[in-house]
Amino acid sequence: MSKNKEAWGSRVGLILAMAGNAVGLGNFLRFPVQAVQNGGGAFIIPYLVCFLVMGIPLLLIEWSMGRYGGRQGNHSTPYILDTMAKGRLWKYIGVFGIFTNIAVAAYYCYIESWTMSYVFHSIGGTFVGMTQGEVAGFFNDYVDIGVSTTGIPYEAVIFYLLCLALNTWILSRGLSGVEKVAKIGMPLLILFGAFLAIRGLTLGESGATPEHPTASAWDGLNFLWTPEFDSLTNPKVWMAAAGQIFFTLSVGMGTIHCYAAYVRSKDDIALNGVAAGFMNEFVEVVLGSLVVIPIAAGYLGIAWVQENASFGMAFQTMPYLFQQWGTTLAAIAGLFWFGLLFFAGITSSLAMGTPWMGFMRDEFNWGRSKGAISFGLIVLALGMPTVLFYNYGVFDEYDYWAGTVSLVVFALLETIVFAWIFGVDKGWDEINLGADIKLPVVFKYVIKWITPMLLLFVFVGSLITPKGNEWQEQFTNLGNGKGWELDNSSIIKQLSNAGIKAEIVSAQDPATLPALQQEAEELRASITTATDLKEKALLEVRLEKKMGRINQVSDPGYIDLLNKKLTYIPIARFILLALFLGLASLVYTAYKIRVKQGRNTP
Amino acid sequence: MNTSALITMVLAQVTVTCFAVYFFIKVYNAPNKDADDFPPGP
Repeated sequence: MSKNKEAWGSRVGLILAMAGNAVGLGNFLRFPVQAVQNGGGAFIIPYLVCFLVMGIPLLLIEWSMGRYGGRQGNHSTPYILDTMAKGRLWKYIGVFGIFTNIAVAAYYCYIESWTMSYVFHSIGGTFVGMTQGEVAGFFNDYVDIGVSTTGIPYEAVIFYLLCLALNTWILSRGLSGVEKVAKIGMPLLILFGAFLAIRGLTLGESGATPEHPTASAWDGLNFLWTPEFDSLTNPKVWMAAAGQIFFTLSVGMGTIHCYAAYVRSKDDIALNGVAAGFMNEFVEVVLGSLVVIPIAAGYLGIAWVQENASFGMAFQTMPYLFQQWGTTLAAIAGLFWFGLLFFAGITSSLAMGTPWMGFMRDEFNWGRSKGAISFGLIVLALGMPTVLFYNYGVFDEYDYWAGTVSLVVFALLETIVFAWIFGVDKGWDEINLGADIKLPVVFKYVIKWITPMLLLFVFVGSLITPKGNEWQEQFTNLGNGKGWELDNSSIIKQLSNAGIKAEIVSAQDPATLPALQQEAEELRASITTATDLKEKALLEVRLEKKMGRINQVSDPGYIDLLNKKLTYIPIARFILLALFLGLASLVYTAYKIRVKQGRNTP
Repeated sequence: MNTSALITMVLAQVTVTCFAVYFFIKVYNAPNKDADDFPPGP
């Protein structure tokens, strides 16, 4: 019998921990980039629609599944699914709810360790006087562990170990430790975010320099928020909005189930779930949109943002931008920015430890310390390849299979279990048990029909992503009998590493060079004739990127790197598969013990 | 900043902030239920 009787200390603590689980680096980095790439201000419409018809239903499903499981002594998804659906297979589907967390924690703690390290570098003045290229180069040196950026050998490894040790120590304190971190971290995160957002809103054109004469934060905000209603009819925008909602809420991971399993059996989950979801949205839509894009556009110009907006800006660009505020304010801004990212990261990584600990406690009576230390050691073993071979694609491979594909698969399957196997009527009663708000009954039908359909679209869309993500074009081609051309980012193409193989062929082919040089010449000519300063800035950024591409062609170092990726990627996949199978064998062992003890299992 | 961008931004941010604050206050003010029970596991 499970001796797992921990519970949350307070309701506010639970909400903050749940919101902390959802709020991550993506709120500040992924959301604005997605919005910029998908219609600017018009992105918010599909985004909020998807939040209502997919985000909130998934939150309600996972909260209620968790509380239902907790009532029966199950605090992780294998045996939560096992008790909700008849059939021996479901507990192995539930393995996703532990697997995803361990695999994601392995690389997520590495990002978290960067934020920790960058806090020290910001305060210590490492970035003072650096050019933009030097700040970007600093990051490249940092992740290339053979190079020391501060005199500390293997600095990236040391910070990773520190970060893991901190996570393990907090987890060993149990839910009270997680709750304390959330109560401190979330208010600080909002405070830091508000400071930077106000700076982003008030920067205006004060950051323009002779080097970037057209730089303006207003351009960044216009670019992000000017509605392009035409984009609403583009399936690509809706797919991107659904994907963003999905990843921002941390659904499909198993962490929400685990946290909710510690809610008392008659406590509300409906209001809690909705409140935690909206808190995440506040951080994303209000704070996330006002930091990176406007500040970058305010110093580097909108052309630079258009061509370079990506996750990497957090470490490769922001420290340089902060330096424009003077040494003292730069140190404060660096502390706030990387502190904010650190709190966003640690509240999520702590959540990732709890499903494993809950499972081991339920099934094998492991104590908190044993559970936390074992989690730390497994994450260390899995995470070291991402640290040591970061440049060879191991990190990206973990992120793709564990942090992206697994989430969609598990969310789709759990929704089917909840709405169609457990039954939407029973599920609706479970959601409303002890509820402090009256949910509109329309959600019952949304949970049964719309949410699984949307998840199916997201999954199929990822499986067969059309070339260039141009859905309309490929549908037309299909109608004309020209077939469906897959993009290299689709799951099917990713399986065969089609993108890297195509890149190797292109880099090795000397015929590629004249065409690229011709394009560069055309860009130079356009720059000479351009009269509009912003247009000229955009062309210059494009030329710079083109020259970078020309340098890669026939570069033996670059081709060697791509070939190494082809070697390391299968190793990363093998590690992930071994983890999943190892967890599945633990679930089988637990099943045998349950049968022996006469515990309830189908 | 152009007018349509400003309107979109203000509308989206005010809506999300109002809902977030409303639900958080509702949670904060909700009465505590009696401490219950985890029924023993099966």
